[in-house]
Amino acid sequence: MTKGSVRFENVTKRYGEVTALKPLTLDIQPGTLCTLLGPSGCGKTTTLRLIAGLESASEGRILIGGQDVTHLSATYRRVSMVFQSYALFPHMTVLENVAYGLSVKRMPKAEMAQRAEAGLEMVGLKGFGARLPSELSGGQQQRVAVARAIVLEPEVLLLDEPLSNLDAKLRRHVREEIRQIQQRLGLTAVYVTHDQEEAMAVSDRIIVMKNAEIAQEGTPHDLYERPASAFIADFIGDANLLDVEVTESGAATRLRLLGQDYALPLASTAKGPAKLVLRPHQVRLSAGPVPGGIPAEVSYAAYLGNSIQYTLATPAGEVFAILPPSAHPFAKGDSVVLTWQPEDVRLVAA
Amino acid sequence: MTRTARLWSLVGLAGFILLPWYMVPGGFLSFGWMADPAGEGASGLTSVLEGRFWLSGPGLALLAALAAGSLLKDAQARAKAWVICGIAGLALLAAQGLLILGTGPRLAMLGDAAQPGMGLGAFVTALALLFVTTTGISARGQGRGDAFVTGLVGLIVALVGVFVFYPMAFILIRAFELKGGAGFGVSEFLPRFLSSETWSLACLAGGWCGPAINSLALALATGLGTTLLGLSFALIFTRTDFAAKKLLRVLTILPIITPPFVIGLALILLFGRAGTITEFLHWAFGMEKTRWLYGFWGVWLAQMLSFTPIAFLVLIGVVEGISPSMEEASQTLDADRWQTFRRVSLPLMRPGLANAFLLGFIESLADFGNPLVLGGNFNVLSTEIYFAIVGTVADPAKAAILSMILLAMTLGAFLVQRRWLGRKSYATVTGKADNGQHASLNPGLKWACYATALPWAAFTLVLYALIVFGSFVKLWGYNHSFTLAHYKQAFAISFRNGVHFTGAAWDSYFSTLGIAAISAPLTAMVGLATAYLLVRQKFAGKDAFEFSTMLSFAIPGTVIGVAYVMAFNFPPIELTGTAIILILVFVFRNMPVGVRGGIAAMSQLDKSLDEASIMLGANSFTTLRRVILPLLGPAILAAITYSFVRAITSVSAVIFLVSARHNMATSFIVGRVENNEFGIAIAYSTVLIVTMLAAILALQAVIGRRRLRRSDRVAA
Repeated sequence: MTKGSVRFENVTKRYGEVTALKPLTLDIQPGTLCTLLGPSGCGKTTTLRLIAGLESASEGRILIGGQDVTHLSATYRRVSMVFQSYALFPHMTVLENVAYGLSVKRMPKAEMAQRAEAGLEMVGLKGFGARLPSELSGGQQQRVAVARAIVLEPEVLLLDEPLSNLDAKLRRHVREEIRQIQQRLGLTAVYVTHDQEEAMAVSDRIIVMKNAEIAQEGTPHDLYERPASAFIADFIGDANLLDVEVTESGAATRLRLLGQDYALPLASTAKGPAKLVLRPHQVRLSAGPVPGGIPAEVSYAAYLGNSIQYTLATPAGEVFAILPPSAHPFAKGDSVVLTWQPEDVRLVAA
Repeated sequence: MTRTARLWSLVGLAGFILLPWYMVPGGFLSFGWMADPAGEGASGLTSVLEGRFWLSGPGLALLAALAAGSLLKDAQARAKAWVICGIAGLALLAAQGLLILGTGPRLAMLGDAAQPGMGLGAFVTALALLFVTTTGISARGQGRGDAFVTGLVGLIVALVGVFVFYPMAFILIRAFELKGGAGFGVSEFLPRFLSSETWSLACLAGGWCGPAINSLALALATGLGTTLLGLSFALIFTRTDFAAKKLLRVLTILPIITPPFVIGLALILLFGRAGTITEFLHWAFGMEKTRWLYGFWGVWLAQMLSFTPIAFLVLIGVVEGISPSMEEASQTLDADRWQTFRRVSLPLMRPGLANAFLLGFIESLADFGNPLVLGGNFNVLSTEIYFAIVGTVADPAKAAILSMILLAMTLGAFLVQRRWLGRKSYATVTGKADNGQHASLNPGLKWACYATALPWAAFTLVLYALIVFGSFVKLWGYNHSFTLAHYKQAFAISFRNGVHFTGAAWDSYFSTLGIAAISAPLTAMVGLATAYLLVRQKFAGKDAFEFSTMLSFAIPGTVIGVAYVMAFNFPPIELTGTAIILILVFVFRNMPVGVRGGIAAMSQLDKSLDEASIMLGANSFTTLRRVILPLLGPAILAAITYSFVRAITSVSAVIFLVSARHNMATSFIVGRVENNEFGIAIAYSTVLIVTMLAAILALQAVIGRRRLRRSDRVAA
């Protein structure tokens, strides 16, 4: 095993009767940024804290860099963490905060100051060292927290919803910075968030969690293109889920929707009820009748400049669509016909 | 982990082999024992070789632990061996100590074996065995594998066990003693516990109530009063632009640095039948001279003067700790200043208010000095317990039963407070810095605070002026001519052939200061360490742990004094007549104040601060030292100040424990009061007050205020 890898072998966590984590096995490759994504209470933060050593596993083994750390306390794990609340020490200056981990390791003063300064420079806060955390803006505090974590050159950097206290514009900027620093230093990073867009933007791999276990893991592309379940399809990028009946399975698939037959150029495993995944921007709308089209009525239309968003009432249920702006947009109450390209859609189990 | 266990095994063996096992008559620091390695300076090993075979157990246990650390390869097996060796060693150590006393063994089969009380060697051996055990426990995965945490838990449990539960056991056994020395039994316990004499409500019908009812009524009134007054002071201090804040701070500190009977004495000088104000009212308005002061209202007044500053010290930390952004948030939600205060600030202060009330309530129940001076026919439990022990008809069983009633009340208060606080989170100092301004008070509330707190401050000022004035006059109430005679008598210094402290009070003055200076930081350390474990760590048996630390809070000084005399007057732990017993009684009497203050302050620090420090490679100890303690500045100051002052002013427990060698200031003063030498008593008290004031101001300057926001600004 190489430096910086993280491995869980059937790790569970229970608080009394409550199971916070069902037996979990995962492998995080060195130098990658892996995101734990999921709704609140899904076990992603518990997983992160288990890597950190802030919680101890009820069962199973945890390995970091190939070394068994299951019973090693957080102090001695070569892991740093950026907290959601930043957890900057309010009684220390910015420089003292960044140098804290180094001073705990009894590094010589000169080297310590130099490395702390270098850390501040890396996050673009050179010259802020003498201030107190309370004298910085939220984004600056966040960057101090990152600097404090990375000056220790940890094997693994943990980030617990690091952007949730920032405004939207800053959030995109900071997440790019975090990603750049992670790639420049070749760090292994584990990132917890409930925001799928954030996860897609920064991750090499995403582990989606639900009900204290892994729902699916893979690259952002995998998850978006090959969702394993309706939950994933809906959670990773919005999706309209339409009830269909698979009539022919195997290499080529046929299905029935609202009494019409459709052919799909993708493999499927089983006949019977399934859900069709139709992404909002894959919806096509036209005014006149189209063969195989589904009749719909525009129930809401919103003009967003770079796109128009429609909510459509169809016999198969409500469908959400995002279309490029056109010279002749539909208005509320218009009757339209809904179609899609056969290669765009996916099937998931009902 | 292995290194820690090995280190402690070696330390323990060194103590066992090199240090004198038994108490050395001249004291350890006299080093006289070094000249006599076979006699009084005999180490554990030497004693075993001399025939005291029963001491070999602890030594062998340490040796086994050391061997296990080196020989066993499997980490879990090693940990298990440490736990077994440690517990076995401690059990053997305790068993031999409890079974073989100075006069002979409790079991006939041991022949005529006898031994003196345990000394430094035994102490080091026991400590090492304890830490070997806790290191083993942490190596088995308890306390997140943190040997510091399990060691701290073990140490505090052991200390509380030996210095609170062990002596209390002696008192409680007495509660089941039958009348006339007929042995022990349960038959007389319940009738005496519920006796109508204790619980009488006769005062509602014009008679005298039982001490239990009196204590309860007084404690409720004092708890409520001190909390409200303390809150007034804290609000004036933090939320107004009041000009003389510094003076206010000094004024609120004054009463706690005053030995309790001094306030009683001053009140008598003012309001007694021959008091200045009583005389004035009689002269001006023809009001009748009554003895109203000697009873409920007099004691209540004295307790309010004594305990309001405690509430203030608790509440000021809490009021300062409320994040200004919460108040700003409320104001932006269109709440006016009164609504903001009532619906945001006040609920956030609830843990502080509850703590302040609890402190006042329990202090009042345990108070001994004020009821003794002012109680008259108004009997409370603490004085009844005292008289049951030292009175003409000594009745230890009655004292034991009364103290159990007192215990029930204080524990009841504790449980009510816990329920009221619920499980809400009050963390307002988070790792995310904020920078707002505290809301100022609305005019109505501001004037209400001024109207209650300022007259009180003036009253306190007058009282202290009187005490100082009284120390310079020949005889209060009769001859008001100026004299320095009282000071000369107590604090004379002669410069003939060098400096000689010839005054009568110097001995007790120096030993009081020395003992207070040693016990205050120890108290703060034990108290805050306990608070840290309670707030920040998860471990098995935490509820029982919290309960046991609270228990020492609930024991009044009179009872603990007697318990110490009974428990530590003979081996295995023979401490009476030493300074150590005074230090111990102060540490374990005052520790709960540090615990409560630490809990209140620490629950306002977000837990992610600790976790951040741990993640940055600091261990629990470093985190405590560099992150938590600096943020707890005011709480530490309060704990050290309070325990220093309590050590100097305490009477109730001390009066049983002083010796000719280690006399304390308060017992010296009580002696003078008993001889009607009021002048020297007041003069000595004045010197004590000035000493403590100087010490407090110095401490405050050293520890300073915490720097969290740019400044503590108050919005206009």
